[in-house]
Amino acid sequence: MESAFHTLQQFMTHTKGVTYLLIVGILVVMAGFWRFLTERDEDAGD
Amino acid sequence: MSEDTGAVRESYLTAFNVIAGAIVVVGLILTALRFTKGLGAVTNLSHNNPWGIWIGFDLLAGVALAAGGYVTSAAVYIFGMKRYHSAVRSAVLTGFLGYALVVVALNYDVGQPWRLPYPFIMQQGTTSVLFEVGACVLLYLIVLFIEFTPAPLEWLGLKKARNLAVKLTMVLTIFGVILSTLHQSSLGALFLIAPAKLHPLWYSPYLPIYFFVSSIIAGLSMVMFESTLTHRYFSHKMDVVHLQEKDEVTLGFGKAAAWVLAGYFMIKVVGLSAGDNWRLLGTGYGVWFLVELLGFVALPCFLFAVGVREGNRKLIRWTAALTVVGVMVNRLNVSLVAFNWHLPQSERYFPRWTEIGISIFLVTLGLIAFRFIVTRMPILYAHKDYEDPH
Repeated sequence: MESAFHTLQQFMTHTKGVTYLLIVGILVVMAGFWRFLTERDEDAGD
Repeated sequence: MSEDTGAVRESYLTAFNVIAGAIVVVGLILTALRFTKGLGAVTNLSHNNPWGIWIGFDLLAGVALAAGGYVTSAAVYIFGMKRYHSAVRSAVLTGFLGYALVVVALNYDVGQPWRLPYPFIMQQGTTSVLFEVGACVLLYLIVLFIEFTPAPLEWLGLKKARNLAVKLTMVLTIFGVILSTLHQSSLGALFLIAPAKLHPLWYSPYLPIYFFVSSIIAGLSMVMFESTLTHRYFSHKMDVVHLQEKDEVTLGFGKAAAWVLAGYFMIKVVGLSAGDNWRLLGTGYGVWFLVELLGFVALPCFLFAVGVREGNRKLIRWTAALTVVGVMVNRLNVSLVAFNWHLPQSERYFPRWTEIGISIFLVTLGLIAFRFIVTRMPILYAHKDYEDPH
């Protein structure tokens, strides 16, 4: 990814934009991971 | 469980004693060299590289791996997970010995041990991160010592003092969590002062958070790893409760480790994104960063999760060992591998064998002390006069 930034504003807009999208993905992945980690507990009635 | 009657005397010439004895002899010689001839005689430290493995391994990795004490105490006494109670004493003992050895190791690095209290009596101010680390380590060492005292007091038959120490358990646990939160993160904060020296893949304004979160992982993994070793070598010292709760501790701590590792992986990726360092992943340092992130964070996270799902305790225990190695790799990366990365190879630091020898000597001292205590005091079993869990 080419990232030529000329101002701090440009840098922050780009990195924050990417990071916010990433965090939405993380929330979904973490929910799925929690399910993966604990679904057998529910089967066992814990 | 078995209390030694002294009827059976084993030979002192065991493999452990012979190897540990040889290491101690060499270690004492190196210690004499260090304190009589100075740092130059036994280390490759320089003005460019004033912190070597005595800081990177003995202190940074040592403090992280000694986190099992506060993690286990918090789980049992603050969060009420009494089913892990049998793991508390060995975790606190490991933490206490770990911190004690950190302080001993620090003396090798700074020299002049009698000046160790100087930060508290002769200094320029209290705003230094290093002062905070020093103060927290001192206070937490005292906390761990008092938390540990019920075992030796039971062993010595000092009932009143033991009951007093037990009454302090909750207060000490809260102190322990506060002090650990402070200094585990501050060890990461130490590197915030050197953004130009630390490679951008490891430098992040989130370093204190990384160090704190990874200390929880280190503590959980160390308790599982240490539990594996104690069950292998000291199972004859364990009572029924310890033997029964062993699997529950492994599964519970494995699940916690998987979850915290997942969170740690995510905040590392967020740090990568916030610094816009994606392009550096294609460099040599980037490959090593990915080895650390994928091989020692994502992989153990997945293996812990699979182990917990399948109830595969063996997999969880091996993964705990992998995670312990991963925490060491992370601390060495931050303090040595990625530090001064811009210097030419000839100026880079690589430890001399004598430095490694001192580190091995200190770890061996810890193992000897652990074995001495575990074989004598009620660490892995409840003393017959105090079988009520506190």
